[in-house]
Amino acid sequence: MRDLLRRHRMWRPRGELRSSYDVVIVGGGAHGLATAYELSKRGITNVAVLERNYIGSGAAGRNTTILRSNYRTPEGARFYDASVKLYEQLASELDFNLLFSQNGHLTLAHTDRSVFVMRERAEVNRLLGIDSRFIGPDEVQALAPEMQVRGDATYPIMGALYHPPGGIIRHDAVVWGYARAADRGGAEIHPYTEVTGIETSGGRVSAVQTNRGRVAAGTVVNATAGWSTLVADMVGVRLPITTHILQAFVTEPLKPLLDVVIVSSQMHVYISQTDRGEILVGAEIEPWTTYRMNGTLNFLQEATRHTLELFPQLEHANVLRSWAGLCDVSPDYSPILGLTDVDGFVVSAGWGTYGFKATPIVGTTLAELIATGRTPQLIEPFALERFYTDSLVSEAAAAAVSH
Amino acid sequence: MSFVLQCPNCGPREVTDFAFGGELTARPRSRPSERELHTYVYMRRNAAGAQLEWWHHRSGCRAWFIAQRDTTSNLVSWTALPEDVADRGEGAA
Ligand SMILES: Cc1cc2nc3c(=O)[nH]c(=O)nc-3n(C[C@H](O)[C@H](O)[C@H](O)COP(=O)(O)OP(=O)(O)OC[C@H]3O[C@@H](n4cnc5c(N)ncnc54)[C@H](O)[C@@H]3O)c2cc1C
Ligand SMILES: [Zn+2]
Repeated sequence: MRDLLRRHRMWRPRGELRSSYDVVIVGGGAHGLATAYELSKRGITNVAVLERNYIGSGAAGRNTTILRSNYRTPEGARFYDASVKLYEQLASELDFNLLFSQNGHLTLAHTDRSVFVMRERAEVNRLLGIDSRFIGPDEVQALAPEMQVRGDATYPIMGALYHPPGGIIRHDAVVWGYARAADRGGAEIHPYTEVTGIETSGGRVSAVQTNRGRVAAGTVVNATAGWSTLVADMVGVRLPITTHILQAFVTEPLKPLLDVVIVSSQMHVYISQTDRGEILVGAEIEPWTTYRMNGTLNFLQEATRHTLELFPQLEHANVLRSWAGLCDVSPDYSPILGLTDVDGFVVSAGWGTYGFKATPIVGTTLAELIATGRTPQLIEPFALERFYTDSLVSEAAAAAVSH
Repeated sequence: MSFVLQCPNCGPREVTDFAFGGELTARPRSRPSERELHTYVYMRRNAAGAQLEWWHHRSGCRAWFIAQRDTTSNLVSWTALPEDVADRGEGAA
């Protein structure tokens, strides 16, 4: 009871910046915090996470929390599968309730062509040991009894790619859980600290400049997602990334209606119900680039229209909030992860609309990379260098649908 | 709500009338190295601030034109047909 009443601090306020850190992580989103925590597990604790706004103010606090691993390429599927497995035991590792419900993920097929593509995706997934299969309309209906599967829909449902381990998690809890664990491990978390420049000497990073002064740094990790080109510019590293907004909305809390995640790439919509009962709907990125996190009315109109095609019974539900977040989109819908031409400058970018599910594996692989100086095999395919050597990892078929 | 672009032919229209064609890129020199070519194909400035970019009036006159937009506010400062931009000497980004 005393515990309930006590005001808990997730992480300590840290005062002034030190004059020097072994590792400076730019960006206090999920990836930056997970990396700090994993570094502390490896005994690397002279670490600062510098976040220019409040912790979790970026995409980490704005995403639609869908976790899955049914990707299209062996490289991608292996990578995201490792991440979902880490997520499965993360609540106990962080000793923090993350409200992970693994009730399954359905990608609807509305045309013969998408039935074909999904059957193929299921094969690739299964070869990699990922639980994924194509199901017909009856099974879809059984898994989502409240959804309009039959009837005169504009987009008839011909089946779905069914991925049982997919699900949703509480995104803020992931951020706070990692932040608390990183803090306990010894890393310093500094909100409202903006990196404004990065210094190099002899082709190696040496320091970062911030609005709170200059700090020397042995390694600098660019974990700024939507802003990653701007930080890479500071050391002259070029990235194949454009920044776009992705939007979402929630309705008022409703009775339990849906416990699986529904995705329709043809209708550009995906739908889940949160533990609070809100119907949470996301859509596609806007095609134009922007750093302005304002939503569009057009999104709300399109997304509500398509939601009602699947769930007509929501016709009178109130929309409570809608919002936008930034997405760092790469040409092949795969991340850019690892070393760059500048020694000590590590990049984690290209997370587009799907990076939240990668949080634990980003933390473990980047920490391993920084601790050992060697790129873990799992992330070798995602090196920035691939854009100069024609070795892209195209997830267009599996990740262009936003989440 | 969103933002408005001035089509040089048709006048102001909501952004959904148009297709985005990306930032203006500088073509590499003739006979580029492989690295220069890949840089041209994939790497982007992705500027925060004024950006010169291509737009296509998909649901209107179907012309391609150039706009200067501030990507931090989405305010469009000017639009022009490419031939007019070259005249103004602002084509090279
Ligand atoms: C609406 C929406 C829905 C999404 N849905 C899903 C989903 O269902 N599943 C999924 O897996 N992914 C989803 N994503 C994508 C996912 O949220 C992101 O890929 C992921 O969160 C990015 O990693 P991050 O959390 O570390 O980034 P962020 O939280 O964006 O962290 C980057 C941080 O860097 C900070 N920063 C930037 N510049 C500087 C600077 N110069 N100095 C200091 N700090 C700086 C920013 O303020 C920000 O807090 C979605 C994204 C959005 C916007
Ligand atoms: Zn026109």
